[in-house]
Amino acid sequence: MPIYSINSIIGTPLKTLYLKGKNLLFRIILNFVAAIMNESILLSKTGFDMEKIRADFPLLSRSVNGAALVYFDSGATAQKPQSVIDALDHYYKYQNANIHRGVHTLSQDATTAYEAARATIQKHINAAHAHEIIFTRGTTDSINLVASSFGKKFISKGDEIIVSAMEHHSNILPWQQLCEEKEAILKVIPINEAGELLMDEYKKLLSGKTKMVAITHISNTLGTINPINEIIKLAHAKNIPVLVDGAQAVAHTSVDVQAMDADFYVFSGHKLFGPTGVGILYGKEKWLNAMPTYQVGGGTIKTVTFEKTEYADLPLKFEAGTPHIEGGIGLAAAIDYVNAIGLKNIAAYEHELLLYVTAALEKIEGVKIIGTAKEKASVISFVVAGLHPFDVGTILDQLGIAVRTGHHCTQPLMNFYCVPGTIRVSLAFYNTKAEIDLFIKGLERAIKMLR
Amino acid sequence: MTIEETENEIIEEFEIFEDWMGKYEYLIDLGKSLPMIDEKNKTDDKLIKGCQSRVWMHSELKDGKIIFTADSDAIITKGMVALMIRVLSGHTPDEIINSKLDFVEKIGLTKHLSPTRSNGLLSMIKQMKLDAFAYKQFKV
Repeated sequence: MPIYSINSIIGTPLKTLYLKGKNLLFRIILNFVAAIMNESILLSKTGFDMEKIRADFPLLSRSVNGAALVYFDSGATAQKPQSVIDALDHYYKYQNANIHRGVHTLSQDATTAYEAARATIQKHINAAHAHEIIFTRGTTDSINLVASSFGKKFISKGDEIIVSAMEHHSNILPWQQLCEEKEAILKVIPINEAGELLMDEYKKLLSGKTKMVAITHISNTLGTINPINEIIKLAHAKNIPVLVDGAQAVAHTSVDVQAMDADFYVFSGHKLFGPTGVGILYGKEKWLNAMPTYQVGGGTIKTVTFEKTEYADLPLKFEAGTPHIEGGIGLAAAIDYVNAIGLKNIAAYEHELLLYVTAALEKIEGVKIIGTAKEKASVISFVVAGLHPFDVGTILDQLGIAVRTGHHCTQPLMNFYCVPGTIRVSLAFYNTKAEIDLFIKGLERAIKMLR
Repeated sequence: MTIEETENEIIEEFEIFEDWMGKYEYLIDLGKSLPMIDEKNKTDDKLIKGCQSRVWMHSELKDGKIIFTADSDAIITKGMVALMIRVLSGHTPDEIINSKLDFVEKIGLTKHLSPTRSNGLLSMIKQMKLDAFAYKQFKV
């Protein structure tokens, strides 16, 4: 079934014309026109068959507090399409068995499905090898793995680790703890008022002592898209590896770990329309091979005696215990779903939503948008003068509108902007301008009630 | 008035409102009333942890009864604080410890009792009961 209704409507007459065209030149011209039209239609406002997309997400049709749900909290966790729910259902009905060890058919089937999921993820982020994809519990788990394992071997007293002022606590605390253990030093790239990294300051921080740069691809609070290629290039010029926190990025933009040359790229399944409890650590083979084991146990070994254990090769070396099998399979289903729509199209559509909601918010008296970077994803934080984010969020919830309020696990960032928290709207491709209109009306009502 | 009697009084007040709008407007009005705490007691050590909004809670024992004063930077939270104080302040530690506080559910604020990180009401009740325990145990 075609995803873009208008595309298919216009595509048919073009195809007919094409078939009728006997002249080669005529065919070439038609092909060219069709290509241009396809491109522009895909990226246009009506490029999405929104009705179909929304129908793919069962939860979106429920009501909350007597009102139709407006779900603007996809940055916290995204809703799941039916295909992901079906994949989980199918797994438990037909495939469930423990993997990597069983001799029986079921176990082999489950192993095949799980390893196929790994290959899907590898292809999706363009990793060089499937064994560079490590299944974890999520972004936080992935970062903890790297901080612990990489830290054990490569960080010593006086070394420096660079993070940025806009990091989620998950990309601060593992490094902070490592620094405490190793007497290393945590350095922070500052940001400007718009929420953009000060790249000149970053350059100054890079030194012979720097052993790791851990930076977010897209800020969960501000929506800032960081110049990740440049950040990596600058670090690599001094032979410093870079870990990219892609938790927010993967749902909004395509990621090519080889093109960006990331040493580590981490993300969660649940923010990418997949199940909770599963995440990915991509690491370059050379690093993952050089790093010592993290958690150990079943699955991570070749041979065990009480005297000595020989550990397994990648990726199993880092996957202790029975994994979240259906999570990995569900995540692959989510990636297939997203790719059927196309991340380019998603990014273009979400950008339209971002501009629309930003313009509407700017019209409301007393609203201040926190994070006005030139490059932004569809994440908008704001405060309302004189009002506490919690109050605004509570009233919006009564109207069926789900937003996030609070510090978004970025307390240092809240301190930078001198606010106790913000109200955050995070949009996905299943959101609509009509929902934004409802949200704006709700916000105006909340402000009226609270003032 | 006993704790239960005050609870019943509040339940009756909230029955007037047919929809959530009225209830929340009433809470907001309660919240807008004057600060209920002496400014000198709005220190960090009086902050209740686990609230998204900041809640300062101060208690003292007078003639065997606990007097609570509090404030919050969020107005709906402040309204809830005002209700809790109206119900519990001026009672003995035992009365406070044994209070069931059914009114919260009956006036439709149950969801503020769910143990998510954003909800202060649960932490508020916990702190008030902890204070009561402390006064009972140590006869401070």
